[in-house]
Formats: sequence, structure tokens, C-alpha cells
Amino acid sequence: MENKKGNRLWNFFASVKLALFTIFVLAIASIIGTIVPQKEDAARYVELYGANVAHFFQLLSIQDMYNSWWFTSLLILFSLNLIVCTIERLPHIWKVVVQDNLAATSVDRLRKMAMRHDFQGQLTGEPALESVRRAMRDAGWRPSQTEKEGGTLLFAQKGAWTRLGVIVVHVSILVIFTGALIGSFYGYKASVMIPEGGSVDQVYQSNNQHTPIPLGFTVRCDDFKLKYYDSGMPKEYRSLLTVVKDGQEAYQKSIVVNDPMQYGGLTFYQSSFQPMDGQFSVQITNDKDKASQKFVIYPRQENKWPEEKVSFGIVDMSGPDMMQRYQYKIWFSDGKSSPSEFWINQGGTARIKRADATYVLIANPRYATGLQVVKDPGVWTVYSGCIMMILGLIVIFFMAHRRVWVFVSNDGKKTNVLLSGMSNKNKLGFERDMESICNRMEEVAQLTAPAK
Amino acid sequence: MNSSQLLGFTTFAYLFASILYIAIFVFRAERIGIVASLVTLVSFLAQTTGIVLRWVESYKMGFGHAPLSNMYESLVFFSWATAIFYLWLEWRFKNRTIGAFAVPFAFLSMAYASFGSQIDSEIKPLVPALQSNWLIAHVVTCFIGYAAFAVAGGMGVMYLLKDRHETNVGGKKGQDSGLLATLPSLRVIDDLIYKCIIFGFVWLSTGIITGAIWANKAWGTYWSWDPKETWSLITWFVYAAALHARFVRGWSGRRIAWLAVIGVFSVVFTYYGVNFLLSGLHSYGRPTE
Repeated sequence: MENKKGNRLWNFFASVKLALFTIFVLAIASIIGTIVPQKEDAARYVELYGANVAHFFQLLSIQDMYNSWWFTSLLILFSLNLIVCTIERLPHIWKVVVQDNLAATSVDRLRKMAMRHDFQGQLTGEPALESVRRAMRDAGWRPSQTEKEGGTLLFAQKGAWTRLGVIVVHVSILVIFTGALIGSFYGYKASVMIPEGGSVDQVYQSNNQHTPIPLGFTVRCDDFKLKYYDSGMPKEYRSLLTVVKDGQEAYQKSIVVNDPMQYGGLTFYQSSFQPMDGQFSVQITNDKDKASQKFVIYPRQENKWPEEKVSFGIVDMSGPDMMQRYQYKIWFSDGKSSPSEFWINQGGTARIKRADATYVLIANPRYATGLQVVKDPGVWTVYSGCIMMILGLIVIFFMAHRRVWVFVSNDGKKTNVLLSGMSNKNKLGFERDMESICNRMEEVAQLTAPAK
Repeated sequence: MNSSQLLGFTTFAYLFASILYIAIFVFRAERIGIVASLVTLVSFLAQTTGIVLRWVESYKMGFGHAPLSNMYESLVFFSWATAIFYLWLEWRFKNRTIGAFAVPFAFLSMAYASFGSQIDSEIKPLVPALQSNWLIAHVVTCFIGYAAFAVAGGMGVMYLLKDRHETNVGGKKGQDSGLLATLPSLRVIDDLIYKCIIFGFVWLSTGIITGAIWANKAWGTYWSWDPKETWSLITWFVYAAALHARFVRGWSGRRIAWLAVIGVFSVVFTYYGVNFLLSGLHSYGRPTE
């Protein structure tokens, strides 16, 4: 009784009907989350749908649907279904893969196969068999053979292993889920703003702003650059990041949106930026001795570069212009000649000629770069699952298990050869394979098809 | 000759090809079959040249990128993929009557790209998020899949028409002299639908995966349940269900034909509906307001 009950539950999870049902429900449920905005503030839902509907949404966690208990349950049901189906099917499939087709196939069955051809020949005994084997080898098949009642049975097959493709694809989905689980248990996603010249050694997870996660090293943003196309469209966001570990500069990388920095099991993505209110970043280079220094300054204050005996400041600004750029009025003095005042564009370069040297000055707002910091040890598991899936799909859809049997018998006067074949897919392609074997039977083994 | 002239020519050439294929179907004018094939081939070659020229032109403008970055360019590419997929099918299965149910997709897509009021055909540089080699891999794989699904849907309609007709006539072969008699037999259409779905499914899976890898490279998350991602998954579910229904439960004929048609709606919504109706990360294809 107990056993039967267990069987019933097992059969429930092993059924393809359940798979179709789960897929259908998952598809329909997924639509909800694409229509109702996700992860907004509670007030937003009241505003959009009214208090009652918003309350109902709250009950069903519609505002974060894909992480809700019921959606997760659906995914678990889907996984259980996959696991049980796989366990259920694997032994049957494996049996076919390793099956001894010489022993398992009766001559009677060969005569009933849809694809079969009869031949006759004059050779008898071992020479007859050898000529048939050569014909098969010429056509690209490697036969094994056994003695049966009334004659000899030869068998060759291709792609028996391709039957495992189905299993590979189903397991690949489980592998992807496993990767996702690893990521959600052992990984995190955080975001952090680092002002130019500033550094951080801990980050806060997006959904938990209270407990800091120590990085184990320090990340410094040396520079953030924003580039625009002539049309004013953003072209590039670039941050120069330096990793400082135990007081040493351990690693440096200039990152852009599609090219993150990887260090210490973490990945740092360029995700946003913001100008620091009322702060500016000025870079001055002495063209002659190549000395260069970057300063964070506030407007209407005098700043000094003591090594070069230079003083400078931003005394006025205007903008933004059509390209969202500001203009700055710079005051510059090297203490010898009279100070100069001039306007430059944000991000633009000014060359200031002095008796001793020429100074190159670039002024920008001081930016903070916004980084997404991700630790996801499951990502390679997910990728392996993806590769498995594609390879598995190719095997399932484009490769077939093809089997060819040849029964050679002698009726006292002549040798009779029966060629039968079977393919689990692509019957059209297999017909061509069979045709090619037939041709070899006639040409190589000197057999003839009986007149109909 | 510039790319927009060539692509404009392509639009009308596909219209002409569509008319020819429909004529073959409606008037049983099998003799003009070779003309229809040639016109389609010429349109396809012109379109290929147009796409390559547009690529070259973008480099001349100083910000070269593959022409796969916005709604206009993706419509053109969808049309291109449908055309090459159909031509391959015609060559492989030696049947021209299916052209009337496939080539019009190539035309409609080009027509919408050229004349849709919301579609901006200007060549524009790439925003930082799109500056990646994954752009080509992702868009190409997805759209080959979409093209195969579109043709599968067209043949689904073909199947349902013929099936209804045969049921009305009484299902006797050789007797009916109607339009639909020139179509391949139901068994052949059924097989073609199934083959197109298989082909599309492999490419859609690859498209979703390349998209996931790219998302991980750009944003640090391979799956974020963004509406575009979710809808591509819904489409994947629809076809996965169709394949299972056929493989395991032995569905064929009318039911698979219906699934092929439903699938096309899902594809259209994934590709087009999401951009226009829903908001999300994947807003590059959005029309300019």
C-alpha cells in the first residue's frame, strides 16, 4: 500500500503532462511580472492600481514576483519534475545505447522493418560474408557479427550515444539552476559610489544597507571620464581603478561599461556616475618637466601647487550649453608674470604659456563613479549548463541513432542477403545512407537485387 | 548608390516577389516559379549589399558598428534572415508554394522599417552599453530564430487553411481542384513546421544564452527578469511545450499548427511589443519619441 502510494507520487512527478502544465503556468505567471512594474515602493502600487489591488499584490508578492514564495515553488516543482523524469527515462535510454543489437534482434523483426532491401549473390560461405563486410566498410559502417539460426547476422550502428542528448539538455537546466543557487547563497550584488581620488574598502549589498561587506582590499578611483559624441549622446564612461592591498598598489584597470575589472573573486562594473556638488577636478601638467598633478578644488578659492609655485582657481562658471557642458573661468598665476584669466569648456584643454614653461590645464566637475560590485561563484556553473544545453539540443535535433542489420543466409543454390535499417530521426537522410549501402552491395559485393 | 537607396529598392523587390509567390499559389502559375525565386534572390543580394554598405557608412561617419543596433536595423535584419531562411527551405525541399506564406514577412518587415512613422532610420553611434562584440552574436542568433519561427507560423496558417478545406471537401485526395490543392500535402507541411520550430528553437536558445552572457559582462547579472528577457523565456516555453507535445505526447497536425501560430504572436511580442508597451533595461529598440 505504502509502496503504491509512493509510486503514485513518483508517477505524478514523472509525467510529461505535469511538465507541460508547469511550463504553461510558468509562462502565464511570468507575464504578470512584465506588466506590473517590479520592486517599486509600496506607495507607487497604490498610486497605480488603488489601495485594494495594491493590498492584494502585497499578499501575493506581485511587487517582487520572481522572488515570491509561489513563483519559487513553481520553479521547484519544475526542477522536481525534471529530476524525476530524468531518473525515470535514463535507464531505458541507457539500455538502448548499450544494447547488444545482434542478440536482441530476431531475423523475423528484420523482415518487418520498413526500410529493407533484398539481394542475391553467387559467392558462398566466408568469401560471401567477407564481401558483404567490405561493402559495409566501404559505405562507412563497421559491422560486428554473430551466428543465427539459418545464417549469419551482421550489425553496425552510428550515433547510439546521441540518444543521451535528451538527458543532457534536461540536466543542463538543472545545472543552470544549481549555478543560480550557488550565486544566491555564496554571492552578492552591491553598488558603491567612489568620488575621484577617493577609495572604499567595504560595500553594502543592494537589499541590506546595514551590514557592510569588507572587500579585503581597497579600491581607489583615480579618474572618471565622460565622453560624448558630437550629437551630445554619451559615448563612454571610463573609470581608472586601482586596487590597493596591504598598502601596495596591487592592480590597476581602466574600466568601461562592457569591460569590467576582476579582482579577488569580485567583479567591478561601470554602472553609473554623478557629479559631486560644487567640487571640481583640475589637472595641470608642466609641459617642460612633465610634472603633473590632479587637484580637487572648490570654486572661488585659491589653490596652490607648491612644487611648481603655481596658484590657480575657478572664479566663475556658466552653462550648461546644448551639449550639457559647463564653461569655467580660470584664474592662473605662476607668481612671476601677471596672472591670467580665461574661459574653458568642461573637459577642454587650455595651454598657458609662461616664460619658464607651458602649462596644460584640464578642468572638469569632480565625479563619483558608480560601480556595481558582484560576487557570483555560480556563474561558471551557469555557463557550463548553457554550453551543455546548446550541445544537447544540436545532438537531439540534428543527429540520429542509425542502425543497420545484414542477414546473410544460403538456400543451397545461392546466397540471400537481407539489409534492414532503422533511424530514430531524419528518415530522409537515413534513406540516403541505405541507398549508399545498397550501391556498395551491388558494386563491391557483386550482389544483385532480385527482379520484382 | 548608398545603403538607404538599396534598402528602399529591396522593400519594393520583396513586394514584387511576394506578389509573384501569391500568384503562383492563387493562379497555380507554376511556370513563373523560377522568376519568383530569382526576384527573391536578387532582393536578398541587394539587401545584403545594403546592410554591408550601411556598416561601411557607419565607419565613414566615425563610429563604425554592425547595423544591428536599433529598431530599424533589426527590422531590416529580420527581413534578411527570413529571406535567407526561406530561400534555403525552397532549395532544400524544392517547393515554391510555401513562398506565399513566407516571403511576405520579409516584405512587411522592410515596409514597416521604411514607412513606419515611429521608426528612425538614421545611422547613430552606439551608447556605451551596446559597445560590445556580443551585440552581433546576440542579435544574429535571436533573429535567425525569429525568422524560422515566422516561417513556421506562416506554414501553420497554410496547414490550417488546407486542413479546413480538406475537412469540408471530405478529405478525398485528387478530387479537389481548389486553390489549396497546389500546396504540399498536410503530412509534408506538418513535417516542415516541425523542422522550422526545431531550427528556431536551437537559435532562440543560443540567442537567450548569448544575451545572458552579455548582460553578465555589462551589468554583472546574467538574468534580471527584465521584460525582454522574460518574454524571450515565455516564447522559449511556448516552443519547448510544442516540442514536448510532439515528441512525447505525439501531437501533430492541427494542434502543432496552432502552436506554431501562437508562437509567432509570442515572438512578435518579445521583439516588438516589449519595446513599445513595457519598460525595462532593453530599451535600445525603442522608437524615438
